[in-house]
Amino acid sequence: MTSPQPKEPATGAPQQNEPRVSGESSPDGTRLLLTGLWTLERSGAMEAAAGDLERIGAKAAAHGGALLIDLAGVAGLDTAGAWLIDRARARLAQAGAVVEVRWAAERQAILLDQAHYRSFEASAPRPGSPLVNWLANIGETLVSAGRDIVAGVSFLGEIVASLLRALSHPSRLRPTSITYHVENFAFRALPIIALINFLVGCIVAQQGVFQLSRFGAAAFAVDLIGILVLRELAVLLTSIMVAGRTGSAITAELGSMKMREEIDALRVMGLDPMEVLVTPRLIALLISLPLLTFLAGLSALFGGLLVAWGYGGISPEIFLARLQNAIGLNTFLVGLIKAPFMALVIGVIACLEGFRVQGSAESLGRQVTASVVKAIFMVIVVDGMFAMFFAAIKY
Amino acid sequence: MSQIPPLPDEPEIAIRVRDVVVGFGQKLVLKGLDLDVRRGEVLGFVGGSGTGKSVLTRAILGLVPKRGGSIEVFGQNLDELRGARRRSLERRWGVLFQQGALFSGLTVLQNIQLPMREHLQISQSLMNELAMLKLELVGLKRDAADKFPSELSGGMIKRAALARALSLDPEILFLDEPTSGLDPIGAAEFDQLIATLQKTLGLTVYMVTHDLDSLYSICDRIAALADGKIVATGTIEEMLASDHPWLRAYFHGQRARQLALPQA
Repeated sequence: MTSPQPKEPATGAPQQNEPRVSGESSPDGTRLLLTGLWTLERSGAMEAAAGDLERIGAKAAAHGGALLIDLAGVAGLDTAGAWLIDRARARLAQAGAVVEVRWAAERQAILLDQAHYRSFEASAPRPGSPLVNWLANIGETLVSAGRDIVAGVSFLGEIVASLLRALSHPSRLRPTSITYHVENFAFRALPIIALINFLVGCIVAQQGVFQLSRFGAAAFAVDLIGILVLRELAVLLTSIMVAGRTGSAITAELGSMKMREEIDALRVMGLDPMEVLVTPRLIALLISLPLLTFLAGLSALFGGLLVAWGYGGISPEIFLARLQNAIGLNTFLVGLIKAPFMALVIGVIACLEGFRVQGSAESLGRQVTASVVKAIFMVIVVDGMFAMFFAAIKY
Repeated sequence: MSQIPPLPDEPEIAIRVRDVVVGFGQKLVLKGLDLDVRRGEVLGFVGGSGTGKSVLTRAILGLVPKRGGSIEVFGQNLDELRGARRRSLERRWGVLFQQGALFSGLTVLQNIQLPMREHLQISQSLMNELAMLKLELVGLKRDAADKFPSELSGGMIKRAALARALSLDPEILFLDEPTSGLDPIGAAEFDQLIATLQKTLGLTVYMVTHDLDSLYSICDRIAALADGKIVATGTIEEMLASDHPWLRAYFHGQRARQLALPQA
């Protein structure tokens, strides 16, 4: 039997009451004297002593004669101790020895009976060949990836259907719920999103002034800031923040509602979870993200203006004048047009992942992570596609 | 019920609660509460919803801070125990939470093995065997071992959680409404299971319950909580004879009468 080297427990007298076995020959066989505490308090020593018991017993049995396991000296016994003693007895008996357990106190006898040895081999899972398992894993992953796509598309269809239904029956739009979510998604996110965009605006301005001044073109930093911020940075940074902040919240909220059967409760009350939970959140996101993008752009431009003034010596009047020349309405709209699409991507992924949460806390964590990672990835992919599209139509 | 004679070097009282005050904000839930739980008995703890039964249990377990008073377990004051001594005391009790509180990311077998893995120095094969033994002790089938908590029925969750509570062979077992949510047959089986385990393992059982059947069938003594204090302790007969208005309503109500009649 293999057992880790027993460590002494931190408490209690270590040497006192250690479980021990000693063999003693007598005319009618061998007495195996057990002493000490056979309880989990002495777990390591107890397992080692049970190994001794089997070893000494097997040696004695080889010389012939019966084995008597004497419990009279046992100071304490629990189910684990009883199991180990009875397991040793059963294994010795299996090896052909005549074994008997003697002088067990009344309570010990009950414990030995309750914890009598039985084999649990059958319940151990049968490990298959590693190659087959590996192939099976690949197959499973492929099939589940396929199901992911089907589920995503059908979910998108359901969402579109429920959005259309909401638009055709505006009375079912739940304005209270939408307002509540807009407050959470947009108003409460505003400080952090404004701050991040302000800082990024500062950084872009500093780099622009620094790099372009080598060509004597420091003033063009204003063009750089205006175009970069309005076309790309504001919407991208805002979407990534919203995916991390709001997408994760939606997934966790829907996921824990699913775990606690709240979504089933809605369904049996004749309410459509799509209409009650998903549509208000999606509409709120569709409203919030363009608003946030607009304010993020302003904040980044303001940061750029301050740094260009302080670091590049470009006064605010000149900055604003150059900015008006550098950007047109289309620069501003390119950023804003993308925002609702980003909202849709984030919302659909967040809701879909939320509904896929299973019963365990672990799966909630996994789904929230998946929601954020997938949403950020898709936001960047969509942004890239828009960049190509706008370049193609020269907008 | 069989009383296990206490070991000579251990006090007769397993849990001694004295003058415990627990409050949240302005509101006092327990106002100087005294309670003794004797070794080897099954104590049923009753009280209306929201009177602080769970709060007392959680205060004993150290999950809720108390404002005053003392709690002794096996003669050791819980406030004075720190570090290793506190942990070694905690190994001597097992808790069955109302909802089971099984770890949802682990299988039943892993749930039962978790305390063993953390506290014991034994081999994995012995851990498997002991966990399976506990599983059989609480009456679960072997194929439940590899299931996750989300795949179990309510009764199976209670049994699996009981197996986990028993995994370190505790001396005190805390049960928070063990039979709530079980059908009457399942509840009676669970009562019987607790009675059997209590007898064979020599457990001290502290049971918060609303189940009148449990109170009649397996509790040695009953303690009743009202207005932040223990208003009565004693056997079921003493409870039935009490004049306290809440106890009269509780034990002589519509549902209680049907149980009391055949025995009276």
